Amino acid sequence: MPDPVLEVRDLRVQFPGRHGTVTALDGVSLHLNAGEILGVVGESGAGKSMTGLAVQGLLEPPGHIAGGEVWLNGRRIDQLSNRQMEKIRGREIGAIFQDPLTSLNPLFSVGSQLEETIRLHLDMTRAEARARAIDLLRQVGIPGPKERIDHYPHQFSGGMRQRVVIALALAGEPKLIIADEPTTALDVSIQAQIIALLRRLCDDLGTSVMLVTHDLGVIAEAADRIAVMYAGRMVEIGPVREVLRQPTHPYTRGLMDSIPALGRRVAHLTQIDGSMPRLDAIPDGCAFNPRCAHVGPRCRRARPALMPTGAGQNACWLTHGGVA
Amino acid sequence: MIVFLIKRLSNAALVMLAVALMAFMIFRFAGDPVELMVNEQTTQEQRQELRERLGIDQPVLMQFARFVGNAVQGDFGISYRNQESVMSLIAERFPATFELVILATILSLVVGVPLGVITAIYRGRWFSEAVQFASIIGVSLPSFVIGILLILGFSVSLGWLPAFGRGEVVQFGWWSTGLLTHSGRMALILPTVALSLYQITLVMRLVRAEMLETLRSDFVKFARARGVPAWRIHYRHALRNCLMPVVTMTAMNIGALIAFALVTETVFQWPGMGLLFIQAITFVDIPVMAAYLVIVSFIFVTLNTLVDITYALIDPRLRDATT
Repeated sequence: MPDPVLEVRDLRVQFPGRHGTVTALDGVSLHLNAGEILGVVGESGAGKSMTGLAVQGLLEPPGHIAGGEVWLNGRRIDQLSNRQMEKIRGREIGAIFQDPLTSLNPLFSVGSQLEETIRLHLDMTRAEARARAIDLLRQVGIPGPKERIDHYPHQFSGGMRQRVVIALALAGEPKLIIADEPTTALDVSIQAQIIALLRRLCDDLGTSVMLVTHDLGVIAEAADRIAVMYAGRMVEIGPVREVLRQPTHPYTRGLMDSIPALGRRVAHLTQIDGSMPRLDAIPDGCAFNPRCAHVGPRCRRARPALMPTGAGQNACWLTHGGVA
Repeated sequence: MIVFLIKRLSNAALVMLAVALMAFMIFRFAGDPVELMVNEQTTQEQRQELRERLGIDQPVLMQFARFVGNAVQGDFGISYRNQESVMSLIAERFPATFELVILATILSLVVGVPLGVITAIYRGRWFSEAVQFASIIGVSLPSFVIGILLILGFSVSLGWLPAFGRGEVVQFGWWSTGLLTHSGRMALILPTVALSLYQITLVMRLVRAEMLETLRSDFVKFARARGVPAWRIHYRHALRNCLMPVVTMTAMNIGALIAFALVTETVFQWPGMGLLFIQAITFVDIPVMAAYLVIVSFIFVTLNTLVDITYALIDPRLRDATT
């Protein structure tokens, strides 16, 4: 098997604060192969976006990587300076943000923002960069790219703007794109188009995508593998079919059960009781133990590591020797 | 764009008409000007003749119409004090004030904008905190105190710079400038600094606040995520988004500075419009006061209109909204 494009090993992110240090990510490990889409799901605050930001070196101070390693294309990047990361961001890691309405600078035409990114990362003249910008707009499906290139962000609709954002993410020919909730701010009909576009670009260009979302539907449609996060930890990771059909972690199962099925009317939607613990009050042992229906003494005592199960991995005593 | 221009211009004209009405009212409330101009020996006929010459024997509405009509042509009547045309009095004084105000504005931008950007980027460092602290002093010291302190320091103690007046000036037609002679330039330094100190702190604080907000915005984060270097984000992406309020404030403040200049001009005995106005008040010279009011308002309104047009040039979103 070839080296993965991205490999995150035992990543730990901490935020020192007045009332002690908060550990936002605790022992997160994942990898992405070439041309693969990895869906990262979890509740708000589970650490999905934080993982993406940590990989890009974009954590807001005082947040910092306190442990673990990040390897990109065979090179360790978690210890690089900000100046070195500037060369990697855009060139080796593209980014797509949640809200296309605010991701673009309103005062510059989309062309000038595209050309800026292209010329920062690729050795091109102004004219070449412009030709490439037009080409990128065409690739992401913007009609009339020759005219549209000189338009300003406010002249595009939300969906079109997200296409521009994707074009910007592709501008430096990165091997990896981190897409943080790329469809959340869009209409449902547009969501499907954007997901299909991402899938197609991934296949055509061989780009890997880390798709951060809380929408399991999007994951089911686009991702090859899925990683489920809870309270800053990875709880289950595996091929998307297996995980969605036969989730092995009680939390993943709870997530699946809480999705209403079409065409079936139910009096109550199933939900996971309780809420995710605050990051400064995570219980001992398994972080999910207060909400878990299968909880046993071992779950309160020892923290389960990510261990292989079937086609994937999970972190649950239930499938690894029992909870007693 | 044309509709927008017409709209803005007619707004401006309406405001000017209102100002003219107020200026005109001063005449009605400040007593009989003839009594101020004549002495006990003047005969009734002479008074009547003066009344007719000043046009104050006619109905109010007629007087107002004539006042506006004349004002549009730049005729504000004659000064009660020295019987000279008000317009030529002001024209004589205007260049001095204008030069001072423009220099103070330029100085406040040249110093204030970079200070604002730097204190925003290096928030929390000791030097930006120090600048912040100094700016509070700048805001709270009244400009006449600053003026007097500057005179005390640089003119009295050190003797480097003149304490009052404009120095030698060079005439170009009716325009006079102190920029072309050494003594003129030296004389400009202290009043310019005194006048701009407050503006510097305002510009700095505004730019700092706007920068801090812009630096938190998504498009700045996205620019970082696509690998744009920090300096380029700060000076190209963020600063440009901060310029709108700075342009507004600067333009508005040129008007305010002309008014503020009144104090600075008095402290430095600067022969500008402010000093003229102060003298006019002392002598109840109503035409000069009225003309000053109208002209300062005219500058305000003109700047306001220009600001609106500049907005459309800086921000492409407004360009479309107005066509």
